[in-house]
Amino acid sequence: MGLLAAGIGAGIVAIGAGFGIGMIGKAAVESIARQPEASADIRGAMILTAALIEGVALIAAIVCILLVFFA
Amino acid sequence: MEINIDQIIYWEWGFIKLNATLVYSWAVMVVLVSISWFVSRDLTEGTGISRKQALIESLVVVIQKQIEETTQEKTDRYLPFIGTLFLFILVSNLISVIPGVYPPTASLSTTAALAISVFVAVPIFGIGSRGVKSYFENYVKPTPLMLPFNIIGELSRTLALAVRLFGNIMSGSLIVAILLGLSPLFFPVVMQAFGLLIGVIQAYVFAILALVYIASASRIHNSEEADSTEIINPQNR
Repeated sequence: MGLLAAGIGAGIVAIGAGFGIGMIGKAAVESIARQPEASADIRGAMILTAALIEGVALIAAIVCILLVFFA
Repeated sequence: MEINIDQIIYWEWGFIKLNATLVYSWAVMVVLVSISWFVSRDLTEGTGISRKQALIESLVVVIQKQIEETTQEKTDRYLPFIGTLFLFILVSNLISVIPGVYPPTASLSTTAALAISVFVAVPIFGIGSRGVKSYFENYVKPTPLMLPFNIIGELSRTLALAVRLFGNIMSGSLIVAILLGLSPLFFPVVMQAFGLLIGVIQAYVFAILALVYIASASRIHNSEEADSTEIINPQNR
C-alpha cells in the first residue's frame, strides 16, 4: 500500500513540477527571443524560479521515498 | 545502495562515531583550506601576479560580480559568507564523481547545518546594516497581523533550502545506484555527468537564495528611498 501511494504521489509531483517548469521555460525562451541582450538576467531569474518549484517538488519526492523505504 | 550516508560508519570509539558525512565534509574543508593557504602565501599586486593567484582571483571576481548583479549594490559585505557557501557546496557536490566517495551534501545533517547558518546570518546582516529596531519592524511591516506569516515564511524557506540541496544530491546518487542495477554500462555514466551539472546549479541556487534572503533583510531602507525618488522624478519631468 505504501509502494502504491509512493508511486501515485511521485507521478502527481512530476505532473505539477513539469507543468510549472515548462511554464517558466516557455516564458524565458519567449523573452530571450524578444530581447536577446537580456538573456543573462533572464537565465538567472529562470534558474532561481525553477529552483523554487523544484524545492517543493523535492519535498514531495522525499516523502515518496520515505514511504517506499519506511512505510 | 545507501539512502542515509550518516549510517556509513568508518570508525567507532565509545559513543564517538566517524560517519561518511563527517569524513567527507572534513575532506572538503581540508581541500578548500589547503588550496587557499597555498595560494595566499605569496600574494602580489600589479601585473606580475602568479598563475595560481590569477586563477583564484578570477573565481573571486566572478562571485563578486554575481553578488553585485543580484543585490544591485556595490558592497563586499556578503562576499565572504556567500562565497564560502558556494565553494563549499560546489566542491562537496563535485567530489561525488570520485568512486567510493559520498558527497557530504547528500546528508540532511550537512544541508540543515548550512541552511541554519543562513537562517542565523539573516538577522546578523540585517541588524548589522539597519539596526535592531528597523530590522524587527520589518516583521510587522504591512500590519502586525502579518507577524506569524513572516515567521512561518522564514522557517519554511530555511527548511526548503535544506531539503532542496539534500534531495537533489541524494536523488542524483540514488538514481546512479538504481541504474547500475538495471543497465550497468552506459546510463550511469550519463546520469553521473548530469549529476555534475545538477551539482553546479544547486550550489549556485543555494548561494543566490541565501544572498537574496540576506539582502532583502538588510536593504528595505534603500528600496524605500528608491521608491520615493521614482515617485518624485515624474513630477520633475
